[in-house]
Amino acid sequence: MSNLTNEAVLSRIQGKFGEAVRNAEEPYGLLTIEIEAAKAHDLIQWLKTDEVLKVSFLTLIGGAHFPNDKGREICVNYHLHSFVNNVRLRVRAFLPIENPSIQSITDIYVGADWQERESYDFFGIIFEGHPNLTRILNEDDMDYFPMRKEYHLEDATREDKDDRFFGR
Amino acid sequence: MSDTPNNKSLFADETIDGQIATLNLGPTHPATHGIFQNVLTVDGEKILDSVQTVGYIHRAFEKLAERRPYNQITPITDRLNYCSSPINNMGWEMTMEKLIGVQVPKKVDYMRVIIMELARIADHLVCNSVIGVDTGALTGFTYMFQEREKIYELYEEVCGARLTTNIGRIGGFERDFSPAFHTKLKKFLQEFPKRFQEFDDLLLRNRIFMDRTIKAGPISAERAMDYGFTGPNLRAAGVDYDVRVMTPYSSYEDFDFEIPVGTHGDTYDRFCVRQEEVRQSLRIIEQAYKNMPEGKHFSPDVPEFYLPPKADVYTKMEALIYHFKIVMGETPVPVGEVYHAVEGGNGELGFHLISDGGRTPYRLQFRRPCFIYYQAYPEMIKGQTISDAVLTLSSLNVIAGELDA
Repeated sequence: MSNLTNEAVLSRIQGKFGEAVRNAEEPYGLLTIEIEAAKAHDLIQWLKTDEVLKVSFLTLIGGAHFPNDKGREICVNYHLHSFVNNVRLRVRAFLPIENPSIQSITDIYVGADWQERESYDFFGIIFEGHPNLTRILNEDDMDYFPMRKEYHLEDATREDKDDRFFGR
Repeated sequence: MSDTPNNKSLFADETIDGQIATLNLGPTHPATHGIFQNVLTVDGEKILDSVQTVGYIHRAFEKLAERRPYNQITPITDRLNYCSSPINNMGWEMTMEKLIGVQVPKKVDYMRVIIMELARIADHLVCNSVIGVDTGALTGFTYMFQEREKIYELYEEVCGARLTTNIGRIGGFERDFSPAFHTKLKKFLQEFPKRFQEFDDLLLRNRIFMDRTIKAGPISAERAMDYGFTGPNLRAAGVDYDVRVMTPYSSYEDFDFEIPVGTHGDTYDRFCVRQEEVRQSLRIIEQAYKNMPEGKHFSPDVPEFYLPPKADVYTKMEALIYHFKIVMGETPVPVGEVYHAVEGGNGELGFHLISDGGRTPYRLQFRRPCFIYYQAYPEMIKGQTISDAVLTLSSLNVIAGELDA
């Protein structure tokens, strides 16, 4: 166990990537930074090889959709973990909905393969350079991305149900 | 006999005239516990390549969660890794407690630890006894399922359910452990170690079992890390990562236990690591049970998250208000983003929750360990035989519910 604090991690990342790192915060103690989408791949690669931080474990990749945030509707979250220093951090990048593409990190972590496919399947995020970017959990011939906010769980056109009074 | 064309090569060391066959291992094959398909390319018995298909039981839990009030999400988590559902339940409850900033009483932590470790034992018993079955030893399976039954009886005492438990509430437990629970737990702690030792004796140094499992489906520590392995599968490869120790939750720092690690990351090591983890879990349960603090079995700070007892709703004003607020979805939740991880039965189970302050989560993503490490399966079985592949699959403990979510 080392005594790397979130501030120390952040200042080291900022020292390397400078202006590309934005909106650093610590919700519930987890260091969260936003990175320009074009630099996300480089940052994750650098984090893995950096001799101080040694962030060499990919915990999770996930997407999220914020339809009201113009120009940055799609969010990609990378949860990373340094076993040596026991530091977790979350890196996120925002993408426009017209062209939600970001460089794949399958060349850094082989385990990113399925997780990127899952994010593609649900949110339509294009991971450039991914060896096999196809749907994974849903049907192959689906033509939409079901986790986006415009798709409601129930059919919005149904008229036989009135659930105004049930808090929905 | 002598005039069958392939008679000679069947008994020779060479391949069968260089013929490559395609074989479907699953879906709905007894060895694919759950539903997933492996299209194997085989040369005789040897696996040359494999492609997996998953998603047969995908139920869109992450989407479902976006339409459910927070207190109704616990039953969804049951259905992830259904061999150890209480761990999933409590992982989710702790995520919510983190979001709303609630400190639960120490007693709740200890009660949770007991339930979670019982769940871990049940999970490991299923996995290890199934490894035994796949080597042809059915005895251990029937033997250990009797013990699992006793753990299920303990769940039943706490929540009334056995498989899809829905144990606990955000902020604690619905009710305290009943006297019957105490009796049954004491009995279990007394009798189980001896029975478990018999299971251990049956397989651990068994010549056939060792021949079948050693070097079956190995993975190196480096590759396992790269794939994102966690839990017993990673520890079997020699990395001592355990969420309970690295980022303790629910008072795990109070207990004295060891993390077993393997060296080769093969099926035998995974078996041994799980066996030892069962013993460590027992140690934790004994400590937690012995040192159980006095106090309440729930946090009085969050009555907005679980329905009050019906008798109270009819007679007490406050209970009626809370009942109403919960049903109408007026429970206040802060805006925020939280990630919480617990050590599930087979690895780091994480919950990434984005809340916009509304009645339901804005986005909820589960880090499902099975989904993450099943992609390493083709690499692990390449060059092995089909019977090794079956063993590797059961020793990875891939649960279809968690794989597909």
